Amino acid sequence: MAPHDLRRPFKRAAISDQQRRRELSLQRQAQHRRDAQHQARCLASFLNPHSEPEPEPETTPELEPEPEPSDSPKELDIRHASKLKGAEARKWFARQLMLPEWMIDVPDQLPQDWYVFARPAGKRCFVVSSNGTTVSRLRNGSMLHHFPSALPSGARTKDSSGSAQSYSILDCIFHESDQTYYVIDMVCWREYSLYDCTAEFRFFWLSSKLAETGACDPPSQYHRYRFSPVPVYNCDQAGLSAAYTGAVPYVKDGLLFYNKHAHYQTGNTPLALVWKDENCSQYVIDTDSKGQVPSQQQVVLELQDNGNLSTSDDPPVVFGCLDRAIIEQTESCSGNLLRFAVGDGGLNFVDGKLEKADLHYLGKPNRARAFADSYSKVMFQYMARHSPLRIDDLLASISSLSDQENKPDDVEMVG
Amino acid sequence: MAMEVTQVLLNAQAVDGTVRKQAEENLKQFQEQNLPSFLFSLAGELSNDDKPVESRKLAGLILKNALDAKEQHRKLELVQRWLSLDPSVKTQIKACLLKTLSSPALDARSTASQVVAKVAGIELPHKQWPELIGLLLSNIHQLPANTRQATLETLGYICEEVSPDAVEQDHVNKILTAVVQGMNSSESNNDVRLAATRALYNALGFAQANFSNDMERDYIMRVVCEATLSPELRIRQAAFECLVAISSTYYEKLAPYIQDIFNITAKAVKEDEEPVALQAIEFWSSICDEEIDILEEYGGDFTGDSDVPCFYFVKQALPVLVPMLLETLLKQDEDQDQDEGAWNIAMAGGTCLGLVARTVGDDVVPLVMPFIEENITKPDWRQREAATYAFGSILEGPSPDKLIPLVNIALNFMLTALMNDPNNHVKDTTAWTLGRMFEFLHGSALETPIITQANIQQIINVLLQSMKDVPNVAEKACGALYFLAQGYEDAGSSSSPLTPFFQEIVQALLTVTHREDAGESRLRTAAYETLNEVVRCSTDETASMVLQLIPVIMMELHQTLEAQKLSSDEREKQNELQGLLCGCLQVIIQKLGSSEQSKYVFMQYADQMMALFLRVFASRSATAHEEAMLAIGALAYATSADFVKYMPEFYRYLEMGLQNFEDYQVCAITVGVVGDICRALEDKILPYCDGIMTQLLKDLSSNQLHRSVKPPIFSCFGDIALAIGENFEKYLIYAMPMLQSAAELSAHISGADDDMLEYTNSLRNGILEAYSGIFQGFKGSSKTQLLMPFAPHVLQFLDSLYMEKDMDDAVSKTAIGVLGDLADTLGSNAGPLIQQSVSSKDFLSECLSSDDHLIRESAEWAKLAISRAISF
Repeated sequence: MAPHDLRRPFKRAAISDQQRRRELSLQRQAQHRRDAQHQARCLASFLNPHSEPEPEPETTPELEPEPEPSDSPKELDIRHASKLKGAEARKWFARQLMLPEWMIDVPDQLPQDWYVFARPAGKRCFVVSSNGTTVSRLRNGSMLHHFPSALPSGARTKDSSGSAQSYSILDCIFHESDQTYYVIDMVCWREYSLYDCTAEFRFFWLSSKLAETGACDPPSQYHRYRFSPVPVYNCDQAGLSAAYTGAVPYVKDGLLFYNKHAHYQTGNTPLALVWKDENCSQYVIDTDSKGQVPSQQQVVLELQDNGNLSTSDDPPVVFGCLDRAIIEQTESCSGNLLRFAVGDGGLNFVDGKLEKADLHYLGKPNRARAFADSYSKVMFQYMARHSPLRIDDLLASISSLSDQENKPDDVEMVG
Repeated sequence: MAMEVTQVLLNAQAVDGTVRKQAEENLKQFQEQNLPSFLFSLAGELSNDDKPVESRKLAGLILKNALDAKEQHRKLELVQRWLSLDPSVKTQIKACLLKTLSSPALDARSTASQVVAKVAGIELPHKQWPELIGLLLSNIHQLPANTRQATLETLGYICEEVSPDAVEQDHVNKILTAVVQGMNSSESNNDVRLAATRALYNALGFAQANFSNDMERDYIMRVVCEATLSPELRIRQAAFECLVAISSTYYEKLAPYIQDIFNITAKAVKEDEEPVALQAIEFWSSICDEEIDILEEYGGDFTGDSDVPCFYFVKQALPVLVPMLLETLLKQDEDQDQDEGAWNIAMAGGTCLGLVARTVGDDVVPLVMPFIEENITKPDWRQREAATYAFGSILEGPSPDKLIPLVNIALNFMLTALMNDPNNHVKDTTAWTLGRMFEFLHGSALETPIITQANIQQIINVLLQSMKDVPNVAEKACGALYFLAQGYEDAGSSSSPLTPFFQEIVQALLTVTHREDAGESRLRTAAYETLNEVVRCSTDETASMVLQLIPVIMMELHQTLEAQKLSSDEREKQNELQGLLCGCLQVIIQKLGSSEQSKYVFMQYADQMMALFLRVFASRSATAHEEAMLAIGALAYATSADFVKYMPEFYRYLEMGLQNFEDYQVCAITVGVVGDICRALEDKILPYCDGIMTQLLKDLSSNQLHRSVKPPIFSCFGDIALAIGENFEKYLIYAMPMLQSAAELSAHISGADDDMLEYTNSLRNGILEAYSGIFQGFKGSSKTQLLMPFAPHVLQFLDSLYMEKDMDDAVSKTAIGVLGDLADTLGSNAGPLIQQSVSSKDFLSECLSSDDHLIRESAEWAKLAISRAISF
């Protein structure tokens, strides 16, 4: 038994370039295999006539405004972001979408200060076009499609106007059954940042610029998916009714309300709101993993150091306190997410503030959950079960504003 | 029945080749004619003290080789052969072996102890030879030191050979007791003590239970620490080796001893001879390894359920550990940078300092900076080199905030030193340090760049100049340039700061590859690697220059192929160069092929490149084959359907690659290239599929092929099926049973270790990708019914994977996708079957709420396909 060799690599780069080439090749092959499979599957869905009217129920979780961490950087280096790749890009984009709160009371001045439109059911995503290609990224930052489009610098075509370096970012919902990106907001256009512009200006710019590019045309070789604006209304009686009952080419999933004066703010904001009922969405009351509506409302809360159970809001809203005994029994610790049923005692309020909640511990939620429910979500769900905010309530709040002027459809933007 | 073999064994070692050959032939015949008698004769020879030691040693060696082989397949054969041997012969052989342990001849004893361990390695796991350990332990108390030494050595080899679960705890306890007693300072014979210390090194893996017992652990640690103070160098060295092994195996038990160990190691580093000092440094390197792993795994957050906590030994020892290591840096050898195999205390100390920096981060900086400042300008080269090396060593670990101000000051100094320092050793370390600066502190992720418009010109000038220096310095300069380029890889297709220098850099690197002495210090390889990185990180602006590189590299490759009448040494170098050139072309193909514009232009070279790659296959070098194959895969992807014109000529090499069991990397890469070609050619690959499928099926049935190639072969079935659609029909009867039996094997693997689980998951992934491709390939064809009989099995496989709960994310994603593909292709016919499966319910709903979007995406697809399949 000779002494064991203990030489370590000395002044050498640990990676061999050959090994690197091999790994890059394997990655490339795996990616192409995924693409080929994906293409086969998409082709299949496309060719199958029965796939048309099927809205995908599983897209709803996608739309639940589970709050993202609210510490996303306000100063956005968009030029930098448009060049990010891989994990970096995922991380960045995951925090960039503006996420609406749930509407639990009717804002003042709806007709004056708010827009309303029917939200398409589908995958919320950012679409970035630059350098001759277009990439869409889901809320978690992962890539949905990588494709050529008629957006500025969105494809490698000879006649592309503007410099090849220019980029644009759109906030979209990809609607599976007609393979269309419905554009609900414009964040950046030909390098011009719209983050600090009001919704009023952004929507105006969106309606005037998008159509110019040919992005709303049917798909072609250099334009794989159609883009479409959604009809946006002033939130007066006529506008609200139009958004609520009007025919649209997509499956609706609730209504979105945007404050006209609000800038594009990343993360949760009370200046954008979502509301839904059975008539305009298939998914009003949360279902469990089996797709059933549970008999009692379920909430997911985060356990704090002091035993408090709170929402994901900033600052958090406390819903109750967990006994030491239960904490120990369930082996929970601070930061854990826990699932509760709201019992018959319900939620009690004093002066509009939550006083007491009748919570019953159910267990730990699916590991996939990253955040506790937001206050507005819990409240919206609670109200949906007990005294929902109805469309009539919304309409009534508008008509009660005596000084309103009826100017129907004056900012309808259908391209 | 033993035969006289002495003379044959002696002849087999004769100087005269004819005699030797004849003897080897005789031995071979004897073995083939009567194996039991042959083995017994060898054992007899080994145990006979009247025989010459040379014949005894060779007899033992042949015996050992009859029991074990490196190659897995051969090893299993030998094990089976021994197990099926006549028990009475085996008993006699074993008796001879044990008897030899008491021989006065050291070589005979030592050989016998290795053979005993090999036999034990086969028999103990089969519960045979139960009396062995008892017999050996009874030897320990015999008087002659010879016997005790050989017995301890045997116990050590056995521990190395056998897995701990093949030895019962009672025996383990006795072995450890005997070994530790043998190490004790009360043992007066140094040979016995050394054998015991080395035996403990191997026995440590068996001592889990004993290390959990405070009293026993204290005793073992005390004896090991005492042995580090032995007057005998080899014992001290072996005892430190034990400490190193303990540091990684029992890190979590070290806290009570760490102070003592620090004192012991510090003394050894300062005063002891180099072999011992090196082990003492290695102890701290190993502690760093452990703590880096722990901190990486848990991110410094121990509120959770981490099973091994970090004790921050390094952090606590820092104020004394760092000065100790800095002192070693001044003990360089004169020519260590030219000597590939060099390893001395300065190198070990510097390496350890680098690990310390990675373990503790910022805290190391203030302890090292005074040393650097004091020494970096001294007239003695040793001091300048040590200071530079110390600086280079701490560049990984501490935060950029801490380092960047220092680097900004040092950068200029280093550039000047690289040009002007009179000492090559200093220049070597300086170039390496510049490389480390660029590796860790340069890139788009860092806020304040250390390379700016103001200094980039100077940096590049210095590096290019330095590439003309002696080979070891030039190689480090190439390395620095490699990381300089890598820092700009995110430039994408916009402008890169390297663009203005691109031409000059490429030219300089090509010049380096042509240096007469480029074979030294792996300079040529470094130059090509750097060239590759410069190309990889280049932007559209320089695409035309990358294009111009193609004919240059092709010409080089052409020249290597034209070279005639080479010596075997020259041929080897030529093959290595061919590998490098193919690698370079591969990188260029991938770079230019990724953009539509440049692809169009570079296609004009495709025919010529392909012709050259095919000629490379005429060489016998596995590396060159591998590189040429990788390049062809990239070319196939870039040319897509046009690749069909190369197939008639290329096919035979493809087949050759698939048959290359020996160099399994070549085989694996070729399998990947088949996938590339499938996607490029689609159904045009059909004429070649009979041959390819035959070869792939043969590969799968071979037990000679390395197992890592099998998962990609299954995936490749999927690629082929997707490409040729229903034409895959004729392969179903072969492929499906293979998939099915592999699926059954991979479904349950209870109690496997991490490696096995990882392999099994890659196997599952391959199988599932095959199913996916086959189902999708048949989609919409009139022959989908052919797949119906396989559906129950596929669903069962998915269900059992789900129940086992040990899939990784990649497998979950592929598995749920297969469910969708099955439903999509078989439609309502499979509806009832699907509804019965657990996968379509629990597994699907779990995947739908996964936090991995790829899994969710596949699950959404599956849900859609299933809802269609069961709705009508």
